[in-house]
Amino acid sequence: MTQANKKETPLTLDVFTAGIWKENPVFVMMLGLCPVLAVTNSVLNSLAMGIASIFVLVCSNALVSALRNFIPKQVRITTYIIIIATFVTLVDYIIQAVSLDLYNRLGAFIQLIVVNCLILGRAEAYASKNSFTKSVVSALGMGLGFTLALVMLGGVRELLGAGQLLGYQVFSTQFEPWVVMILPPGGFIVLGCWLLLINYLEQRKTSKLILRDKAASHDQLPSESFS
Amino acid sequence: MSTPENQVPELPSSTKLIMTLATVAMISGLLVVMVYEFTKPIIAENQRLATERAIFKVLPLAKKRLTYVVDQDKLVLADDKTVGELIYAGYDKHNNLVGVAINAAAQGYQDIVKILYGYNQDNSCIIGFDVLKSTETPGFGTKITTDEGFLANFKCLDAQLNVPQSALANAITTVRHGTKKHAWQIDAISGSTITSNAVGRMLNKSAQKLLPVVVKNLNLLKQGQQ
Repeated sequence: MTQANKKETPLTLDVFTAGIWKENPVFVMMLGLCPVLAVTNSVLNSLAMGIASIFVLVCSNALVSALRNFIPKQVRITTYIIIIATFVTLVDYIIQAVSLDLYNRLGAFIQLIVVNCLILGRAEAYASKNSFTKSVVSALGMGLGFTLALVMLGGVRELLGAGQLLGYQVFSTQFEPWVVMILPPGGFIVLGCWLLLINYLEQRKTSKLILRDKAASHDQLPSESFS
Repeated sequence: MSTPENQVPELPSSTKLIMTLATVAMISGLLVVMVYEFTKPIIAENQRLATERAIFKVLPLAKKRLTYVVDQDKLVLADDKTVGELIYAGYDKHNNLVGVAINAAAQGYQDIVKILYGYNQDNSCIIGFDVLKSTETPGFGTKITTDEGFLANFKCLDAQLNVPQSALANAITTVRHGTKKHAWQIDAISGSTITSNAVGRMLNKSAQKLLPVVVKNLNLLKQGQQ
């Protein structure tokens, strides 16, 4: 029997925006960390990987959603992998056609988009259970969130590791680059710092909301007398 | 009495499963072939431009160049679209031969790595290389183009021929980092030995086969289009 058609919730703006920040695939769901750490040694590489991932995510989710009523549950994972691998192959050819230099810089990580758990995870958890439009919108949001995370890491690493952004010199030539930032340990350090900052801000926001709710419920209570 | 929850779901037939996989595979194949055919000429043009840039990078003294194709042990003047083993001769503004650029390829860590290397006939040295195609791991295999120690190997990598001029006098080999003793050895990059070894293997294979042909046809190369 194919995936059951459950009653779907309507398409809202939240379907798109959730993937950008609230359910960010890198900072919240911690998915696809291998390419995140490997190619974020410059903003250009980060952008390119992000755009390639958006393309694969949107197209594969669209096709999975379009075929969701025809794919038997027993072969769904195999089918999803065929679909994802197809679009990764297309991206591989397209990047070679756009820029061989960029293709050489990204190396093996283009083909490794196939095993990015974000893409297979969204196909299984979302696209196979939701309409075509919702799946595409959600995939777009997730892809943008993934790209945002890549660029956030790439920006810090390129700035501190080479004194540049997008190849343009930002710091003076007297700046001594922190070479560790463009090496793998730098990737872990920068990711850890971003996670620390984001979790701290989320905790502060949650604490403020709790305090506000407490204050609001306290105001509503009838006054008590203490003897 | 059986309830709906206790009923075993009906499994689809094997035929349906196979048909689903076959249909999806067919759609995938069609998409891949369409995009491949569309991008093939664009990629070929990109590779031609990359080769052009690489030729003048590995022969920095060259101002113009000619293409030759290898025909057994002879070189024949050709163009970039000629099918076969191509060799590019570089000339300065006085039409003096400054060197030749030759293709080489070998299996790296991930996939085939393709390079173009420059050979100077006056000192029988390989004087540099440029990567044409590589999918090596960023930060590891890609170091072959940025690591200063590795690039120093190619200031003058010995590629002298033996006495009969039928092969290299000494095979080009990649040795462990820090153990280079001879001018025909390549000091590997620590942490990128597979890609470093690939560079050594491809240079040796190409040089053993083509440098005797280049040396044998030096007079033709020096003439150029005069």
